[in-house]
This record gives sequence, structure tokens and C-alpha cells, in this order.
Amino acid sequence: MNHLIIAPILLPLITAVVLILLSGHRALIRTLSLLSATALMGICLWLLLTASDGQIRLYAPGNWQPPFGILLVLDQLSALMLLLTSVLAFFSLAYAVRGNDAPGDKLHAMIQFLLVGVNGAFLTGDLFNLFVFFEVLLISSYGLLLHGRGHERARSGLHYVVLNLIGSALFLIAVSALYGVTGSLNLADLAAKIARLDQADAPLAATAGVLLLVVFGLKAAMAPLYFWLPRAYAAASAPVAAMFAIMTKVGVYAIIRVFTQVFGADAGNLANLIWPWLWGLALVTLVLALIGALSARELRIQIAYLVVVSVGTLLAAVALNSEAALAASLYYLIHSTLICGAMFLLADVILRQRGELLDHIAQGPRLRQSGLLGALFFMAAIAVIGLPPLSGFIGKVAVLSAAGTAGDAVILWLIMLGGTLITLMALSRSGSTFFWRTHERIEPAAAADKGALLAVIGLLACIVALSLAADPVLDYAQRAAAQLQAPELYLQAMHDFQVHQEADHEREQQ
Amino acid sequence: MEALVALIIAVLVSCGVYLLLRSRTFPVILGLTLLSYAVNLFIFVMGRLRTGAPAVIGSSNHYADPLPQALVLTAIVIGFAMTAFLLVLALRARAELGNDHVDGSAAIGEKPVQPVRPLEEDEV
Repeated sequence: MNHLIIAPILLPLITAVVLILLSGHRALIRTLSLLSATALMGICLWLLLTASDGQIRLYAPGNWQPPFGILLVLDQLSALMLLLTSVLAFFSLAYAVRGNDAPGDKLHAMIQFLLVGVNGAFLTGDLFNLFVFFEVLLISSYGLLLHGRGHERARSGLHYVVLNLIGSALFLIAVSALYGVTGSLNLADLAAKIARLDQADAPLAATAGVLLLVVFGLKAAMAPLYFWLPRAYAAASAPVAAMFAIMTKVGVYAIIRVFTQVFGADAGNLANLIWPWLWGLALVTLVLALIGALSARELRIQIAYLVVVSVGTLLAAVALNSEAALAASLYYLIHSTLICGAMFLLADVILRQRGELLDHIAQGPRLRQSGLLGALFFMAAIAVIGLPPLSGFIGKVAVLSAAGTAGDAVILWLIMLGGTLITLMALSRSGSTFFWRTHERIEPAAAADKGALLAVIGLLACIVALSLAADPVLDYAQRAAAQLQAPELYLQAMHDFQVHQEADHEREQQ
Repeated sequence: MEALVALIIAVLVSCGVYLLLRSRTFPVILGLTLLSYAVNLFIFVMGRLRTGAPAVIGSSNHYADPLPQALVLTAIVIGFAMTAFLLVLALRARAELGNDHVDGSAAIGEKPVQPVRPLEEDEV
């Protein structure tokens, strides 16, 4: 067993506990938190390189022979998600340590706990632990969302918490119904048992499957369950909003994982259970989010709607249910997570130089660093809209070429191309209002902190790197998608897996 | 016994959903609590109902499935913590927004009254 597989869960957990104990030593907390995020990035990179050989690695923390006991699974998809999370966390924390973590010093510990939950959700190999890690990441996200003060945070926080608690209840119902029908919670084992399911039990399992879609859809902000998102994300502080860019993707990941592996093409009576539903819902999400982005009056609300746009695009690509579309959606997932994180950080830098107006899209004072911030905004906008040459364009081209032009896919072409135009209009409106349609007066605000600016530039540099390295990344995504589409590989890996046996001499010593 | 347990779960869920749809935070919290009770019962029942069967293999010929019992324990703990958190949050929203409506406004079109008391720096 490779013990490093559990490190992405343990490292943030230990860091978080240490950070709580160090309460009061702000400088030390910041250093430690950033160091830990850097180390996590290194570990995740190493795991990605390990996983890229196409082998599925298992880790059984309780040393029980699977399918029993807790199981962690490292495959190409989970390694990719882990690395993405750690990169985003690094830059969010780099932004936070430059004085954006007030009030108090608890923000870092909560972000580390959030990382425990997110990494655990990506690594876990069974459905109940997915629930547990979801709860870990949710309770940290409640804390993070409410961190600081303000009416809007209390209001949107209440909505967010209540909705997610209902979601958790539905998740438990779905999980236990699946357990009641199949007698298993391990994803690979569940897939095998669903495939051989009795005709009479199929409706109950299908109900559980659809309930899971509702739960993951709530996390992923799929229509009609996304109404909580714009206000919550806009109300959160900047590093938190940037970090939350990965949260909707956790929902998308869970949809990909459960519905390709458990309710995928091999699932017998329940094969391809949700794709027809998901296709329609994804398109509705896309259209509604585009309207939202166009009508937003504040930049952060607009970016939050762009997060929902990316979710709609991703879910539509996933619903196409082909290897090429899945690969394209993985590439687009990396792109949209990084760019939405960058946009939230950039919006915070911009709104600090606009005095009372904050990020309202209205004529205001000239920004102190208008040139620099304008250039960064322009670049981020090009990436998020999906114009060449940056990764948004590559991702959209990959999705559309995977969709083809047969049948329903034409609708996706229409909506995505129309959506690109709408996003372009929306961001042109906010960009030109912020940087060109200004008064002569310059707001007497401090220049943006260099370290915070570097965090934004770093995320944008990641986008450039992603565009330049599109070929290897798409190649990797292709292999990850192929691995996902072959659930028998997981069963085989589990079958071959040997738990740690006590060697003879160890037993003699006892 | 199955019918009775199913009926209890159904009543708990319907009461929970009804309370969830109320407009004040306290009934909503009560609704969530009822819903989580129903869910806990449901998880337990999914291990099948057996009387007089220990959850230990080997002690008798009949044994109950121990896994749902472990799951329900986890779910109870998590649900309890979440309810406590939500209560604190509802109190804070009451203090910051000046009323206990879930949308933070006493009625549609009515402006929220002034917050009861602004929070101090070290309270946040």
C-alpha cells in the first residue's frame, strides 16, 4: 500500500488542528498555512504523476479486505481533482495571507478543514464516506461563508445552510435505500450489484439514483437548485469565494463518479439512468445562468453566475455520455475552476479602489491602478468568455467537437455559441464601466497589495500554462475518461488488492 | 411492524416538510430536526427489522445487520452538530437582520427594522 494516498486528507487535517492551537500568532499561522498548501501541492503533483500510468491504486485505512471497510481510491480523475484543488487553495491562501483573512485568524484553519473535506470527497471509494466528507466540507464552508460580518452574509448563509441540510437528509435517504437494496456501499461493488439487480428492486434503486442527482445537483448548482449560489458567493470574502470555485465542481465530480460508475452503461435495468434528465437540466441551467450574468448589477454576482454557466456547460458535456465529451469536460472543469477563482480575487482588488460604489456596475471614480487592473480584467474576461487564444476557447471547442452535430447536440451548439456572445456582452458592460466610463476624480484608495496582485497573476498564469499545455492535459483527460468509462477496471483492482498481512516474524514477536 | 415504522417515518417526513416551508427560522429548524429523525429511522430500517437479534455474528443463529446501526450513529452525530450550528446561526441572523424571517425581511416590501445590537469585533 502506498501511504501517500491518504496524505491529502491528513496533511490539511493536522495543519488545521495546529493552526487552531496556535491561535493568536497571526504571522506564524499565515506562514504555516501557506507552507502546508505548498506541500499539499507537491504531494498532489506526485500523486498525479503516479496515477498517470493508468493503474488504480487503493488504500484501506482500516486494513479490511474490500469491499468491506473504508477505502480510498486514487485513479486519474481523483488525482487530477486533487491537484486542481491544491493549486486553487495555494493561490487563495496566498491572497488571504496578504491581510485579507480578517477578522481574527480562524480563516486559515477553516480553509484547511475545507481541504480535508474536498480531498476526502475526491479520494473516497464508498458512498457513505462521500456523505461524511461532504459534511466535513460543508460545515467548514458554513463557517467560511459566515466569516466576517454583514447582513448579506447572515441572510445568504442561512439559506445556504438550510438548503444543504435538506440536501444531506436526501443524501442519507438515497444512500441507505441503495444499501437496503444491494447490501453494499462500496462504489465498485455497488456497480456490480446494480448490474445484477432484481427487476422488482429496480424502481427503489432508481429512486435512490435520482435522489442522488438532486443532492449532487444542489452542490453543483444545477437548475433549479442554483438560486442560493449567486448571493452566497457574492457575499463571501474574496479568498473564500475563490476557494468556493472548487465546491460546485465537487458536485460535478460526484455526478461523474456515481453516474458513470454505478448507474453507467453496464447497469442492467438502470443503465444510463440520468443522462436524459441531466441533458435537459444542464441546458436550462446554462440559459438561466446566462440571463443572470447579463442582468447582474454587481461584478461579484456576475462572476457567481459565470460559475453557474460553467456548471451548465460541464453538465451538458457530461450528459453527452461519451469518452471524448467526458475528456473535454474535464479540461473545461480545470479551466473554469481556475478562472472563476481568479475572477473573484480580481473583483476584490478592483472593488477596493472604487470607494463606496464597491463592485456595483455603475459610473464611478477612476481606479488608481486602472491600467494594470484593466489589463488583468481583460485577460481574465477573454479566458472566461472563451475567446482565442486562452483555455476557455480550447475547452469550448473540445466540448463542441465532442458533441458533434447529430440530433440534440445542435441545441448545445446554439446555446454555447449564443452564450459566448452573451458573456462577452455582459463582461464588456462591466469592464467598460469600470475602466472607461469613469469620473475624472481618482478615489483616494491604497494601491493594491503586491502579494495579493501576485496571487491573481499567478492564477492567470496557470490559465496561460493550461492553454499552452492543452495537448498533454487533454491527453491526460482522455485517459482519465477512458478509465472512468470502464468500471470493470475498479472491480478488478479491488479484486487484486491485498491488505497488509502481518509478516511471520512480526507475529512471533507478539 | 414494518407498516407501523413506515407510517411513523411518513408522518415525521410530512411534518418536517410542512415546517420547513414556514417563513420563520425556528419552525424551519424544527422541521429539519424532524426530517433528520425520519432519516435516522429510515437508515435503521434499511438493515431490516428483526426482534431479539443481536448485532454480533456468532452469538446466536439470528443476527441483525450491524452496518446500518453504525451509519445511523454517524448520521445522528452529524445531524446533532448541524442543528446546533443552525440554531446559533439563526440567533445571529435574528440579531443582525432584526427579525427571524428566513429572508431577513418581516414581510414582502417591508424594510427590515434596525438590527438589535451590532456585533462586537471579537464576537464574529
